[in-house]
Amino acid sequence: MTTISLRIEFGGGLELLFSNEKRHTLTLPSMVSSDNNSKTSADALSGVNTKPADVEYLVFYLRDHLLQERPELFMESNTVRPGILVLINDTDWELEGEGEYVLQNNDEIVFISTLHGG
Amino acid sequence: MPPKTCALCENAKAILKRPKTGQQICKDCFFYVFETEVHNTITQANLFARGDRVAIGASGGKDSTVLAYVLKTLNERYHYGLHLFLLSIDEGITGYRDDSLETVKRNQQQYDMPLKILSYDELYGWTMDRIVSQIGKKNNCTFCGVFRRQALDRGAAALNVDHIVTGHNADDIAETVLMNIMRGDIARLGRCTSIVTQGEDTIKRSKPFKYAYEKEIVMYAYFKKLDYFSTECIYSPDAYRGHARTFLKDLEAARPSAIIDIIHSGEAFEIREEIKATQKIQQTCKRCGYMSSNDLCKACTLLEGLERGMASSGITDRARKKLDAEGPLPENLRTIPFYQPPSGNPNPTITIGS
Repeated sequence: MTTISLRIEFGGGLELLFSNEKRHTLTLPSMVSSDNNSKTSADALSGVNTKPADVEYLVFYLRDHLLQERPELFMESNTVRPGILVLINDTDWELEGEGEYVLQNNDEIVFISTLHGG
Repeated sequence: MPPKTCALCENAKAILKRPKTGQQICKDCFFYVFETEVHNTITQANLFARGDRVAIGASGGKDSTVLAYVLKTLNERYHYGLHLFLLSIDEGITGYRDDSLETVKRNQQQYDMPLKILSYDELYGWTMDRIVSQIGKKNNCTFCGVFRRQALDRGAAALNVDHIVTGHNADDIAETVLMNIMRGDIARLGRCTSIVTQGEDTIKRSKPFKYAYEKEIVMYAYFKKLDYFSTECIYSPDAYRGHARTFLKDLEAARPSAIIDIIHSGEAFEIREEIKATQKIQQTCKRCGYMSSNDLCKACTLLEGLERGMASSGITDRARKKLDAEGPLPENLRTIPFYQPPSGNPNPTITIGS
């Protein structure tokens, strides 16, 4: 099974939901379940539809594996909650296809909340 | 997907999609257009005059940190000739404001601006920690909001500045428009979209980020690697504003121009004369000299309630009547020092000890 390695960064207060750690590294399988179920084991994948790991899947993965509290502050209707900015290798994800962006090895994905007081 | 090219310089790789225009632009063009739009806002509204002493209301959060950085940049680039100060209010919230004030102290060094910190404890004799321990989390935002507004004016008077600028951005203003509509608060609806507000004896206030989207402020801070503090206040957040905010963010996700459109709607409302006539006339507080629409200003009313252990008296009319029925103000009650507007203002300067 091939895997991809990612660097994840949380900012703007979002790190508070992730053990108060701003930086994380993680490894994902390069092919994942199409239904974004991040708990499907690699062996079980042969029986289900698969897709290349994309940002949409990453958001589910982060919620199910790294997030410690209040998932509703991170996710809403299968994507990040409105008001959270996402950067893929320092580029606004709106220019990269948002959730459909297919993750590459060594990508850096940044999530920043804009919802905290100024 | 191949990298997209900047719509402005047609050269570098685009890194941001502008919410206002949908344009895809590169990092350098983004810095330039963001700063230039703030400059245009400032010049079109004639916010400043050469030599003005300007206090930046600084919380250590993203908006005021970006505002301090951008104003310093524009002051140098366009020779505004402003004397800039940082003014912070310490509400006395352990684990929240004490940390964010550390950020402001670093900003003081980074931006080379004088910093003044005024605390609720010093001005009112109460920290928010102590207020919450007496009244609980419900309504504590009322105290904090009323106290902060007056503290900013008093801090600015102490700095002898002509003008206070705050980091309120387009999203904040759109939220406030929605809240004022939902509450039927016609007086505030009329005022909340103004870029400048000034009463007769209050210090001029303005919002240079009135047209700046929160997304761009956060992106600017991120790409400039600015040092800001982002933690939610540990006491109950303003629930009503929270709903307005979530609603606005949902609208923005569907159509990014929603924010500027709501501000435009707020500006376009016209208040009928007969409605205006029912609004209260501004006077000065009989106890502390601060502007007020009643004999006592809101801060003095709230403070008296706290001091007498009847904190809700500042919040509802019924509780106020009950307080009045308790008899006259006891002696040695903590009061707010008499307000001294900045020099050039003919009001008397009397100091009443606490």
